[in-house]
Parts: sequence; structure tokens; C-alpha cells
Amino acid sequence: MHGMINRAIQCFLRDTYGPQIWADVAVQADLGFDNFEAMLNYPDGITIKLLATAARNLSKPVDAMLEDIGTYLVSHPNVEAIRRLLRFGGNEYREFLFSLNEIEGRSRLALPDLEVPKLEIFENPDGTHTLTCLHSMPGFGYAMVGVMRAMADDYGALVFLEHQGWRDSGEEIINIQLLEECFAEGRSFDLSAQAV
Amino acid sequence: MKHVTNFDKNSLDLLMPMHLILDATGAVCGVGPTLCKLRREMELLGSNVFDIFELRDDGRKKGDTLLPTDKKLYLTFKDGVATTLKGIATALEGRDGLLLNLSFGISVVEAVREYRLTAGDFAPTDLAVEMLYLVEAKSAVLEETKQLNMRLQGAKVAAEEQAFTDTLTGLKNRRAMDHVLKRMIRGAIPFALMHLDLDYFKDVNDTLGHAAGDAVLQRIAKVLVEETRDDDMVARVGGDEFILVLHKMTDKDRLMKTAQRIISQLEVPVPFGDTVCRISGSIGITTTDFYEAIDPDQMIHDADTALYASKHQGRARANMYEHGMTSK
Repeated sequence: MHGMINRAIQCFLRDTYGPQIWADVAVQADLGFDNFEAMLNYPDGITIKLLATAARNLSKPVDAMLEDIGTYLVSHPNVEAIRRLLRFGGNEYREFLFSLNEIEGRSRLALPDLEVPKLEIFENPDGTHTLTCLHSMPGFGYAMVGVMRAMADDYGALVFLEHQGWRDSGEEIINIQLLEECFAEGRSFDLSAQAV
Repeated sequence: MKHVTNFDKNSLDLLMPMHLILDATGAVCGVGPTLCKLRREMELLGSNVFDIFELRDDGRKKGDTLLPTDKKLYLTFKDGVATTLKGIATALEGRDGLLLNLSFGISVVEAVREYRLTAGDFAPTDLAVEMLYLVEAKSAVLEETKQLNMRLQGAKVAAEEQAFTDTLTGLKNRRAMDHVLKRMIRGAIPFALMHLDLDYFKDVNDTLGHAAGDAVLQRIAKVLVEETRDDDMVARVGGDEFILVLHKMTDKDRLMKTAQRIISQLEVPVPFGDTVCRISGSIGITTTDFYEAIDPDQMIHDADTALYASKHQGRARANMYEHGMTSK
């Protein structure tokens, strides 16, 4: 798994639960080092062990922790860059949802090695939306639920999200009900990073 | 109030080299020059836009026009290379049908390669060429960064390896051993700790000099590595002292046999110049099975006690630690 992903898990643990928890997890997962480097690749087994060890330390199911990681990626000031890149997806939440179709291509332009999940979003006849998520790391869909929930807050939209499990072909299914586009005042966003 | 502009084909080709003109049924009746590089113009003309492309929009309200004219469209070629184009449609003044302007969006990098496009294929106002430039520059920088990271990582691993290695013998040093013991105890892995002290090594050093002593130590290191498995660890912890940590091996008979084999290998004379060096070794062993709570210092101490017993018995011996054994 790409160092970016491992590094994100490390930063989540450090920023949310403090450096001691991260140090404990690093030792228990037998990493053999103190920090992930964002621009290196690591064997997938390390990431899986890391997640299991972290969840055990936090006494949380892995799914719930993955969802928290997704929320963290969008809402924590230390990783503001991710929120900004996602906000490039559109002016309103619905547009953002459909921009997920393009996430894989966009991130390939930036970082060709990064394994971003294959995301597909479509509208159902009943007006709800479905997101399918395929990634070599099972459970990435839970992180996507966290991301989409935090992005709804960011846009000020009211949504109901539900992880509906797996298809036989390996995709995770997430159902999205967009109840109100302008429910609250969202956070401001300017295309220019330097704008005041 | 109303601003009516009519473009002739030349202006349209110049402003929007990737446009399509559709009639009221969706049949293509005009194609921009860049699109003609993607598919043959003859194939496009007269075909229905829905036969050429798989069409997707952001799933909002359906208009009464052929294509929705108020939002981004995504069109993917059904036949051949499945390039996805991004576009927007608009009604034509004074006639039925639509003008559909397309661009590559994020597929631009692959498209330029696939269809051998040049800067002249893009409208001068299109940012595609700037985008290509940026992607190329970024990739070059990224590659450099990646190389640098690998070099730094390699240097780091080498430095750590050095800090854990005895430079004369290539065996692990005391620091490495402390590290390994801690990790095994944390992982609750059973193991044996074997303390080896050389006999008659001082005589070699005193009579034949340090070069002979070094040759002997290197030969011993080789013996110890050969007599142990990959999961085991051999450390040089003093001038002529070694500690072996034997992974998941606590059976007394096996341990004693291993120890005897090591001693007899050590006794094989080492040639040095026109003479030979003869040494031997004494061994003390303890295993994690002896303890309720495992303390590495206690284990090293007990192995040392057993080693002392071996020395006392006349050297070239091995002993397992037993409760009540004393080093006095």
C-alpha cells in the first residue's frame, strides 16, 4: 500500500488519540520503524496489520475506525489539503458526489502509484444514489462513508449514508440519501488557495 | 437585448475544434477537426450521438431537448478505445438540433498519446497544453523525489544495520541482541539463550598476535552462523563472548546436541600463516520454559551461571541452567 495511505492512518491515530497511542500501535504491529514515509511503498500486509492493531488499541471495530479515518481526512486542519482537493469536485454536494466518478483519474494525474478506490456513483429510480467502491483493501468503503459524511457537513448538506455490504464481485455498496442540499451553512471554499 | 451570432464552419472549427452539431433526432451533421482525429469523419456523420457514445450526466432532471443543456455531460466512445469526453450542449439559434462542445478533461494525457494529437489540435484558449506541461513537469519532479527517497531509505537501512552489527565478525552486537530479546519476549515467543565463552583464545592472541585472534573470531562467526537457523540470532557481546538466541527451541536434548556440535566445530584447528590456532569453548544455556515472568537480564545471568559450571568442569563443556546452580 502506498505510503500516503499508511501515513494517513498514522496521522489519524496521532492527531486524534495522541502520540503515545501511535507509538504503542507501531510497537505492537511490529513495524520496525517509528514513522511511515508518505512517498514510499509498503507491503499490503503491513497496512492490514496496522489497522487491526489500531482497532484493538482503540477497542473499536475496524469498520467504525475506518469511518472515523474518512471523517478525519476531510475535517482535521492538519490534512486540509485533502478537503480542498475534494471541494474541487463541485459547487454543491450533489455535484461533489458525481465528481467521485472522476477521483481515480484525477489522482492518477497527480500520483500514478497511489491506489485510489474505483468509485462509481449513479442515481437510483427512487431518487437515492448508490456508490460502489472497489479497492484492494477491503473496508475502504467505510472510509468513504466517513469522507462523504464529513463532506456533507462541509457543504452544509443533510444526508443519510448507509454501507450495505459487499457484492460477490468485491465492490462495497453505499446508499446515499440526499435529504437537503442546503441544510446548514457549510464551510467556505475558494478555488484559489491564497484567497482571503 | 438579444445577442444573435452566427458562426460559419471555419470560425466554429477554430473556436471549438471538438464540437458536434446534432439535428433534432440526434444525428451528427457537423464534426470539428480534432474529433475527426479520434474517429473517421465518415463514421461520425449521419450516426446518432447515442449510438456513438455512452452518455452520462449528473443524473438530474431530464429536459425536453435531446440532451440536457444545463450541465456537464460525459460521453464515452462505445467502439474502439473507450475515451471519455466531457462536454456541454446548447441549442442552436433559429433551427432545431444542438451544438455539443467537447473536451478531454482528465483523459487528455492518454488521448494525446493515443490519437497523436499536437498543440494545433487544441483551441488556443484551451488549457490542455498547459495541463500537459504541468503533468509532465510534475512527473519529472516526482520521479526525482522518488529516487531521492529510495537513496535515503537505503542509507537509513544501512546505517541501522551498521549500528546493530559487530564490524569484525558481521554478527549482531549487544544492542541488536537487546532489541531482539525485547521483541521476542513481547511477542511471547519461546526461545533458548546460549552463552558461549571461548577457551584458550587469550593464548592465541598472546602468542600469535591480534591478526591471528581476528582470524579465529571470523572463523567462529562462520561456524555459529552455519550451526544456527535463519530465525536464530548470533551476537558477539564481548571480546571472546557470544550469545545465541534460538527461536522456538526449548528442548533440552536438542539444545545440548547443538551445543556439543558447536564446541566440536570450534575445536577444528584454524590455519594461520604456517601454524594453526587451537581453541575451544564453554557453553551455558537457559530457556524461557524455566520462568514465569521472563526477564532478559535474569536469563543472561542464569546462562552465565551455567557457563561457569561448564568452565568449572574443565572447559569444552555445555550445561543447562538448573535452579539452585550458583556461580560461586
